[in-house]
Amino acid sequence: MKTLKHLALGALALALTSTTALAAEIRIMWYSDGNEGEVLQDLLKRFEAQNPNTKVVLDTVSYNVIREQLPVQLEAGRGPDIARVTDLKPLARHWLDMRPMLKDAAYWEKNFSNTLDWMRDDGSNAIPGFMTQLTITGPLVNTTLFEQAKVPVPGEKATWDEWAAAAKKVAQSQKIPIALAMDRSAHRFIGPAISMGAKVIGPDDKPAVVDEGFKAMAQRIADWHKDGTMPREIWGGVAGTTYKGANEEFVNGQVAVYYSGSWQVGQFSQKIKDAFDWSAAPQPCGPAACSGMPGGAGLVAVKYTKAPEEVTRLMEYLASEPVVREFSERTLFLPAHQGLAEKGLDFKTNDPNVKKSLDVFLASTRTLAPVARRLQAYRWSASAIYPAVITRLGQVVAGETSLDDAYARITAEVQQKVSEAK
Amino acid sequence: MAGAEQGESLAHAPSSRGDGSSRDGIDLASLLSLPLRLLMGALNAPMAWVQRRFGLAGMAAVLLAPNMIIFGIFILIPVAINVAYSVTAGSAIFFDGRTFVGAGQYDRLLTCDNYSVPATCREDAFWQGVQNTLFFVVAQVTALVLVALVTALVLNREMRTRGFWRGVFFFPVLLSPVVVGLIWKWILQRDGLLNAVLVEWGFERTLWLAERGWAMFWAIFVSIWAHLGFYALILLAGLQAIPKDLYEAAEMDGTSRTRAFWRITLPLLWPNLLVVVILALIRAVQVFDEVFVLTGGGPGTSTLFLTQYIYETGLAHVQRNLGLASAASILMGAVLVILTLLQLGAANWRERKERA
Repeated sequence: MKTLKHLALGALALALTSTTALAAEIRIMWYSDGNEGEVLQDLLKRFEAQNPNTKVVLDTVSYNVIREQLPVQLEAGRGPDIARVTDLKPLARHWLDMRPMLKDAAYWEKNFSNTLDWMRDDGSNAIPGFMTQLTITGPLVNTTLFEQAKVPVPGEKATWDEWAAAAKKVAQSQKIPIALAMDRSAHRFIGPAISMGAKVIGPDDKPAVVDEGFKAMAQRIADWHKDGTMPREIWGGVAGTTYKGANEEFVNGQVAVYYSGSWQVGQFSQKIKDAFDWSAAPQPCGPAACSGMPGGAGLVAVKYTKAPEEVTRLMEYLASEPVVREFSERTLFLPAHQGLAEKGLDFKTNDPNVKKSLDVFLASTRTLAPVARRLQAYRWSASAIYPAVITRLGQVVAGETSLDDAYARITAEVQQKVSEAK
Repeated sequence: MAGAEQGESLAHAPSSRGDGSSRDGIDLASLLSLPLRLLMGALNAPMAWVQRRFGLAGMAAVLLAPNMIIFGIFILIPVAINVAYSVTAGSAIFFDGRTFVGAGQYDRLLTCDNYSVPATCREDAFWQGVQNTLFFVVAQVTALVLVALVTALVLNREMRTRGFWRGVFFFPVLLSPVVVGLIWKWILQRDGLLNAVLVEWGFERTLWLAERGWAMFWAIFVSIWAHLGFYALILLAGLQAIPKDLYEAAEMDGTSRTRAFWRITLPLLWPNLLVVVILALIRAVQVFDEVFVLTGGGPGTSTLFLTQYIYETGLAHVQRNLGLASAASILMGAVLVILTLLQLGAANWRERKERA
């Protein structure tokens, strides 16, 4: 009888163990700009085939869910096992440090060292994930409109004023409503401001946002909205920190120059097809630099996961060189993998606009101002500086406040957020 | 003791009714009601025990308890949590990670040099939201009630396609606010339907959602369009409850239509009008979804309402300020309480006047 009982208990324990082994489920919270969700799904199927004990569920959500709901879930100690996130630094305390579980931490340090600080606390050597793509802000040009207007596309070293004048000429000649559009985003604004000489970070490492360089670009933004070079409905169209782009307008051939970024390339190729020629162009310059802003989305492991080992295995697979290569070549994203960037990629596209644009954006990464790179890993960028800048400059464009008042408000709000966080 | 006796008498009541029906023979009605009677019979014993336990006076509380528990879990506890958040600061969700600041958040919201000039306030966006919300409430509710009244009066008239027109006016109520916002955004944007028609007719293109005045106008218009059917329906029900013979008597006395409207229709429609005004007021104070989709609060902050301020402060910012957002929502709740008290006061005043 006793033996029978032992046998039964043993069988139960075995059954439970095997169930646990089979039941390792990893959930990824993911958003897509283009086809990257489909590409990832293919890659995950291969991982599952190699690891039959792990099931990976891809929860595709809108970008706003990542921005607004994920942080709340994380604060409550919940959330997915892995997430694709853009505001990486402010949430750094929620990421899992995979370093102790990684088979080859040196591989990560060698290939992702430029971007690891973007997703970990200052001074930390944690390895919480990797950037799925490196992005850079920059101008996208409707070259067909420029050709038709017989206006040459401004080249390298062309200033912001030259760009604005050229765009305006094209818009007037081709009777299109928007000469120059820029995403309503402080991240888009800050690169041009740095080109004008903005330092953003003070010598004491505290934010020092409003200076002459910053004012020079803010003044131009205000003036271009007044004289109709920029459309009021993008920057002045919404309130607060709300993002607004001009994607639809560009795709519909209504914009001569659209200052956005490299992440648009894939979807523009899909949507524009052969309706007109377009291309990325070199960064417009100011007296201090010809800089855009780096950025991108990172895939990070969440420390509240119940399966950290399995999550680490999956992250190792996704960050491996062949997988990153396939992901980048099929999604038309610039890879953050430094080794791969050196070796070069064969982007899977027949669209000549895409290849040209990616080459231009890749070249733009070389003209990035040091402060632009630093801002991506700076703790006050997304949490204090960007919200204040876009909210107040948006009000200036809408005619609600003067530039001087906006400068005073930006300075006060950033200071307040810094002091509140102490 | 008396409660216990009544409990026992109640306990016997269903079975005696059951005996009675069996004496009359089994008909279809009694067969259909059999499950109900069985259920009541099964409930009888526990209910009798409850009544013995709590007494007749306590039965009201017992019967209300399930509702009150749900109300407590989903209303009272969240309100208490909201109040608790409003006296703390920090980005943590759990209270052990938050700092007690007392009335600090309220102080921050209410610090202002001149309340009529939001730019002089410490939280200028909050006061801009208050100002916009006040304007919206007054303009939207006034226009909405008037248009709903006219619509109800027209739909109450005898006409061949009355059902069709009632459906037409009620249809937008069935739409999701997000769909309403998107439809009107497509109509009003730079290359939207309205501008296409205007340009075709030789007019200038207008940026309806990028001009401050126009954006507020369209926010009010779209909100009225979306909710008109609901309020017109309430007024229509009130109009149909007015006895026709009153109008016939007035007509026989040679009363003009205008006089009949002022002396018969409006006084008898008063209770429905009051409900419409109060519901519209409360809804207008809470305006968010369709306007947020339509204008995003812009241009600038010209259509930024209190609810959007709360949403942005508490949820949309990278550095969420739950304490400040909670304090703002408590203040907004206080305004809604005042509006509700006004409703009760107006209803009581009317009742006293009618009695006198």
